[in-house]
Amino acid sequence: MAKPLAGAPEQVSVTREQPAALSEAENPLTAGLERLPVPATTLVIFGATGDLARRKLLPALYNLAHDGALPQRFHLVGVARREKAHEDYRAECEQAIRQFSRRPPDATVLQGLLEQVKYVPGVFDDEGVYAALGEVLDEFQERAGEPLNRVFYLSTAPSFFPVIVEQLGHSELAHLKDADVRVVIEKPFGTTLAEAEELNRRVLAIFDESQVFRIDHYLGKETVQNMMAFRFANGMFEPLWNRNYIDSVQITAAEDIGIGSRAAYYDAAGALRDLIQNHMLQLLCHVAMEPPGSFTAEEVRNEKVKILHAIPQPTAAEIANMAVRAQYTAGHAGGEDVPGYVSEPGVPEDSTTETYAALRLEVDNWRWAGVPFYIRTGKRLARKITEIAVTLKPVPHLAFSHAGSLGVQPNQLVLTLQPNEGVSLRLGAKIPGTRMIIRPVNMQFLYGTSFLSQSPEAYERLITDAMRGDATLFTRNDEVEAQWRICDPIVQYWARAPGPLPHYQAGSQGPAEAGELLRQGDGWRAI
Amino acid sequence: MSRTDAVWSEQDTTPDAIERALRELLAERHAESESFVPARVLNMIVFVEDEWGGEIANRLRNVGRYHASRLLVLSHEPRRERLDARVTIVSDADPAPGELALLRETVIVRLGDRHLDDLFTIADPLMVSDLPTLLWFPHGHPDAADALLALAQAALIDSIEEPVWRSAIDRACELSKSLYVVDLAWLRSTPWRERVAATFDPPRTRAELALLSEVAISHHPDSTVAALLLIGWLSSRLGWTLEPARISSSGPRASCVEGEARAGERRLALSLRSAPELEVPGLAGVALASESGLRLALDRGPGGLRARRREPDGEERTWTLLGASRGEGGILGEGIRAALLRDPTYTPALRAAQAMLPDETHAAAATA
Repeated sequence: MAKPLAGAPEQVSVTREQPAALSEAENPLTAGLERLPVPATTLVIFGATGDLARRKLLPALYNLAHDGALPQRFHLVGVARREKAHEDYRAECEQAIRQFSRRPPDATVLQGLLEQVKYVPGVFDDEGVYAALGEVLDEFQERAGEPLNRVFYLSTAPSFFPVIVEQLGHSELAHLKDADVRVVIEKPFGTTLAEAEELNRRVLAIFDESQVFRIDHYLGKETVQNMMAFRFANGMFEPLWNRNYIDSVQITAAEDIGIGSRAAYYDAAGALRDLIQNHMLQLLCHVAMEPPGSFTAEEVRNEKVKILHAIPQPTAAEIANMAVRAQYTAGHAGGEDVPGYVSEPGVPEDSTTETYAALRLEVDNWRWAGVPFYIRTGKRLARKITEIAVTLKPVPHLAFSHAGSLGVQPNQLVLTLQPNEGVSLRLGAKIPGTRMIIRPVNMQFLYGTSFLSQSPEAYERLITDAMRGDATLFTRNDEVEAQWRICDPIVQYWARAPGPLPHYQAGSQGPAEAGELLRQGDGWRAI
Repeated sequence: MSRTDAVWSEQDTTPDAIERALRELLAERHAESESFVPARVLNMIVFVEDEWGGEIANRLRNVGRYHASRLLVLSHEPRRERLDARVTIVSDADPAPGELALLRETVIVRLGDRHLDDLFTIADPLMVSDLPTLLWFPHGHPDAADALLALAQAALIDSIEEPVWRSAIDRACELSKSLYVVDLAWLRSTPWRERVAATFDPPRTRAELALLSEVAISHHPDSTVAALLLIGWLSSRLGWTLEPARISSSGPRASCVEGEARAGERRLALSLRSAPELEVPGLAGVALASESGLRLALDRGPGGLRARRREPDGEERTWTLLGASRGEGGILGEGIRAALLRDPTYTPALRAAQAMLPDETHAAAATA
């Protein structure tokens, strides 16, 4: 076996490196470190006793503490409606971390984290809450003897987002001398274009855009970030990545489960708002965007916004032909009988909320003109899978017989985001034997087989990035509005024609009507 | 999570037969379930003395998820005449529909002195092609190591295990000329380097880097090289010139090395003191002082590092930098993972530390 290994990273020639010159602009001690320093921060969670905080945020903070990845100085303040003592909130945090952390907590680290936790009770529109919060923040700062950055994390019902932001502004907590103040806003960012614009207007009246971090936790997933590595770190795909070679793109986010205990949220949102308006349009952007000049937040987000602007806003006349919705009926999943959507606990019997949505979108630019982007998502489908299938155009001339085999089929590149993250390429191969007959075979790469590391939870990455002020994995104001610009006409159209909806049986491939979106010759991939 | 093993063994075997057995076992597993797929990340070759093989096996069992995907253990018994081998394929989970059950392969080959000249031809067929290969020689044997260097892209060492500091650093420097060196002594200091870097990251504190006047490091009595590497790191990153240190006191459990660095016109006082109370390898504390009067200290403590900062006006604050101990198993796991990365700061730190080594007489006295 020869050395160096083909394809392996070259040994870095460390001997040529010059000693770093001391400057105030750069910290010479951070070179080579996997974890970059995070500025001293107080994180304030509004909605601190809610499900998201308990299941995701607190466990993520513990895991960052366990890995030594929290800032040198870190404090946590929980804000929620119920009256309780600091100690009681700490006990709740401990219980949530023990229940939901991805690793068993180390007792001393957990204790150390909890010692830095305080609780401020009150309703979010009460000025007194912000006065009390200000006192706690000042106390932390006093104790640290240095300015502490502040991150306000809005993990509340969306109706409170503008209320909290405005109260932060009125109480002069939105800006701080010699330190950065940031606000993290959970999804959904509005339920219509008008709401999103209004929320942006109210948020940006208090905070500068550079202070605002709109969460789409999909962007924090390693799998989504890997898509950029796949496209922009591998030269072999770029020459093919355009309308000359690509026939269609299909993006699927299928779930085999129902709505669980989320009836109140889901019945108001539906599949289009829940997944397509945010996550799936982000996936489309990752497939279609031009390579950014650099991986800075602004450059990456500029390229994504260009793609969103290149998708024509659907007119009412077009929607019937480019969008399909449906609702699941009773069926079978995992060998069990399962109820239909309207029989799920908490769902009104006459609900017309879609549990399945499929769209056919076009990206009207030089690279993608004429290539359909098919997007579909649904609950209670046959299987849980999130994937992007890129179908290449067929070969121009078939010299081989296809009798007696599946024949030559177009190459298909499939990027699977879950459950088994990987890339597969469908190729034609000769069936062993005396005749030249071809059938498709798969060349497969699985991320799970190729890395030693375990992916951190998306929220660990996103919280760290927010504390560091890196907005690359967050959605910008024009980006979120551009997403709504595409989906809003469909939301409005469906609201005007509430039913009857097409149906599909739970555990199936989805509604037959989804096939009507497809160009002649195209087909949905089996879920 | 249950584990599923497939095992093959043969006495008086050949590399060809072992390689065939590996292929057949993998094919059998895959035929049993498509969920079984071999991990393909890293080859690792470990050369051990047979009588200490159990200890190394225990250490490798504790590396958590950072197992090499194919591990070849060359177990050396000087008088052994024939090659015996055992192949084990372990799954990290039972196969389940839609889930991966990753397979990892361990090959143990028992060999004797008579095979040492042929190590390359024994190991080469047993490596997965096109994967990076990491070498580890926990019991020395530089001759055998040299025979296998051409197979590998990275070598795992632990500089604190070499009793003579100069030998440890010289050997690491020598190895780093031909492949990437992963030094566990360096990885043990990662949290310290991260925290020192973070301390000086705020712009208002960063200026203090140019005013540093003292660095004092305390360390486990056997970990002087780790302390030298940390000084080497500061020196190489900050552009200091290190001068040979002197040993001001020495003993089996306590020593003190003092030295100086030049940074332009400034001179910095450096000291490395052993901390006999420290029960684990590595560093016990780092203290830095600047000409402005700022003093910073990090000390090992429960649940992280204890930080102490004294301002020029005398005001002092203490707090804890949270972080769980990785344990020696975790550090070995980090070492295996680090074979896939490239840290551009290790070799400059090593070379800088080389310049600080006390002269031979002093070093021999200290490490005798």
